[in-house]
Amino acid sequence: MKYDRILIRYGELSTKGKNRKKFVDKLRNSIADALSSFSGIKIDGQRDRMYVVLNGNEADAVVHSLKNIFGIQSFSPAIKVERDLEVLKDAALELVTSIYKDGNTFKVSARRSDKTFSLDTNELNHFFGSHILKNIPGIKVDVKNPDITLQVEVRSEAVYLSSENFAGAGGLPTGASGKAVLMLSGGLDSPVAGYLSMKRGLELEGVHFFSPPFTSERAKQKVVDIGNVLASMNGRFVLHIVPFTEIQQLIHKQIPENYTMTATRRLMLRITDEIRRRQEALAIITGESVGQVASQTLESMYAINAVTSTPIIRPLVTSDKGDIVDIAKQIGTYDISIRPYEDCCTVFVPASPKTKPKKEKVEFYESFVDFEPMIKEAVDKVETIVLTGKQENNSLMDSLF
Amino acid sequence: MIYLDNSATTKPFPEVIESYTAVAANYFGNPSSIHRLGMEAEKLLMQARAQIAAILEVKPSEIYFTSGGTEGNNMALKGASSFYKTRGKHIITTRIEHDSIKRVMEQLEQDGFTITYLPVDEQGFVAVDDIKKHIQNDTILVSIMHVNNETGAIQEIAAIGELLKQYPKILFHVDGVQAVGKTPFSFKDHHIDLYTMSAHKFHGLKGNGILYAKEGLLLSPLLAGGGQERNMRSGTENVAGAVSTAKALRMQMENYKMHFSKMQELNKFIRKQLESMDRTIVHSPVQSVPHIINFSAEGIKAEVLIHALEEKGIFISTTSACSSKTNTVSKTLLAMGVPEHIAESSFRISLAYENNKKELEEAMTVLKETIHWLRGVMNK
Repeated sequence: MKYDRILIRYGELSTKGKNRKKFVDKLRNSIADALSSFSGIKIDGQRDRMYVVLNGNEADAVVHSLKNIFGIQSFSPAIKVERDLEVLKDAALELVTSIYKDGNTFKVSARRSDKTFSLDTNELNHFFGSHILKNIPGIKVDVKNPDITLQVEVRSEAVYLSSENFAGAGGLPTGASGKAVLMLSGGLDSPVAGYLSMKRGLELEGVHFFSPPFTSERAKQKVVDIGNVLASMNGRFVLHIVPFTEIQQLIHKQIPENYTMTATRRLMLRITDEIRRRQEALAIITGESVGQVASQTLESMYAINAVTSTPIIRPLVTSDKGDIVDIAKQIGTYDISIRPYEDCCTVFVPASPKTKPKKEKVEFYESFVDFEPMIKEAVDKVETIVLTGKQENNSLMDSLF
Repeated sequence: MIYLDNSATTKPFPEVIESYTAVAANYFGNPSSIHRLGMEAEKLLMQARAQIAAILEVKPSEIYFTSGGTEGNNMALKGASSFYKTRGKHIITTRIEHDSIKRVMEQLEQDGFTITYLPVDEQGFVAVDDIKKHIQNDTILVSIMHVNNETGAIQEIAAIGELLKQYPKILFHVDGVQAVGKTPFSFKDHHIDLYTMSAHKFHGLKGNGILYAKEGLLLSPLLAGGGQERNMRSGTENVAGAVSTAKALRMQMENYKMHFSKMQELNKFIRKQLESMDRTIVHSPVQSVPHIINFSAEGIKAEVLIHALEEKGIFISTTSACSSKTNTVSKTLLAMGVPEHIAESSFRISLAYENNKKELEEAMTVLKETIHWLRGVMNK
């Protein structure tokens, strides 16, 4: 028996009242993006669930692509059958037979959202159960711990049969919560912060600071690779690469050494905020975690944060490093982040950065230079890359594989 | 030419050679160099690793590039036994392993390890129960080949993995050199810790191999040096080899999906032909990969038939290629209890996905005529 569709259950978003239609539309977009490489797929979004009609595509491959999409609570490959008991009984038997292995146990789990159907839930369970027992020699019922669960769902338009439930990625559909920019360094934390924000329905654009020749092309590649991992979660990730060399050199020249780190962070935040404004986003996401490094003490955060009133969301602010590492491994950014190349934070790091910088002091040191035109110039010269989650957009290199 | 010795080596896919040449010529940088040329080479290496990992459904960090099957087997066995020797010094393997396992085991015996060599039944299979029976408190490693290079028999890797799952301290190594793209397998589902592959057995280039080592597993490296391959295998990476191997693996897997049933048909055809012949015995069990058919033609001197067929453009082999030259009798067949005089006259036909029915009809006709003619000449 071949599955002809995948049934998708929503989770949290079905409780979102009036916004539901918007949420369902966003989810439909994410799914359409993720499945764009399959031809003939049709997505049928309804109030309380969605169907991906396979039109001959392999269920397994589609299942694989659905696992990372935010806003899906769970999903099941299913078969749509007309509401005719004779037809249903054959289809159910065929489905169970196709997955049955010697010694397997089963149960039937029927549900009726259409109460006018001729059989009630118990009768449905009994009806399918007895037909399967009669026709598959050796199969036994086990309601507590079955190997096979035949799910029968009676709806007004048809009956859906399925046998497997996959957990979805949870969260809210991408873009359902609006747009933010993510400060992406290439380290372990920022990709995780990005992931958690995306899971919460935020559409993200990344900002990365690039200071050649003080940082290498490889450090930038790291961020591109991380961006691709994030893109693979919802089909697209826009990355802004900010040319930062000149500003960084100027800071180095102008600001006393133990305050360069604080000033650098403040300028990065100002540039990010300007990009945010131009991209019409409403928040800035960072991977900061209280007390992790010198720039993440409360004093530092206070002095740095003072340059903007834009909400700064720090999903990891109270997370322990070990927990962050676990998530990084799970989402596949860990191996990229630990590649040993200098990023722009590590080259200009002073020997002993101030762990308790004073806002007034850093403002005073900065007051001798007008950074505003430089910020504008940096933002004007930003290189914007649209990542799609594919390994490499270089067809010349791809042909080698 | 009809080439039917694909278990000795396969003809490289032209696309694989193209990739190799293109990478060797255009991306010659050392992946460890920090400039752009190094970065490009490193990128290719990472992409090759990622592609192989994706095909095998494992993580890129679990893939190590080697120089081939022999190195992979050496690296797995010596590396694991040396690293985990404080846990124990007992290893279990079989009597039908390739020399790159067997000789390593002999070296390990010299180093104070105790090796149990399990027998096989007349079909060539190791009994899972037998493995269980021989597990001791100090057993650290079990090494079983996936597909036998001489007969094609597929060992019960899944069941063995299931058994060894209950012994978390015993590592499970599988020599998969003959299995890649010929029989379905899953490292994860089968609880495999180490798996050896060789590129030239799946239309890649000689001098390239892959060792899968499960995440978290540590091996003492055979080669110390610059710390490439995450310290497990030093030596400047063979980027062109890695890329060409990734391509070969992809193409082999595509062929497997598309042409496996055709291969089964060809196997059936050959078996039927052999079974219809006088004093000819097929040794390959039913549970074999369809690519390999091992048979004996009683009374025929093996080398003579090989050369007689060669004159007519047909290439097959006696037992395994590595030992063919030394003229030893197939140890796999002897272990299966085949009498020596029959094992002496054993041959292996090994196919590739590109072989077709027409070629095989011709080959089988020639084989029949040649055997008939030789029997006349040799009066047997």
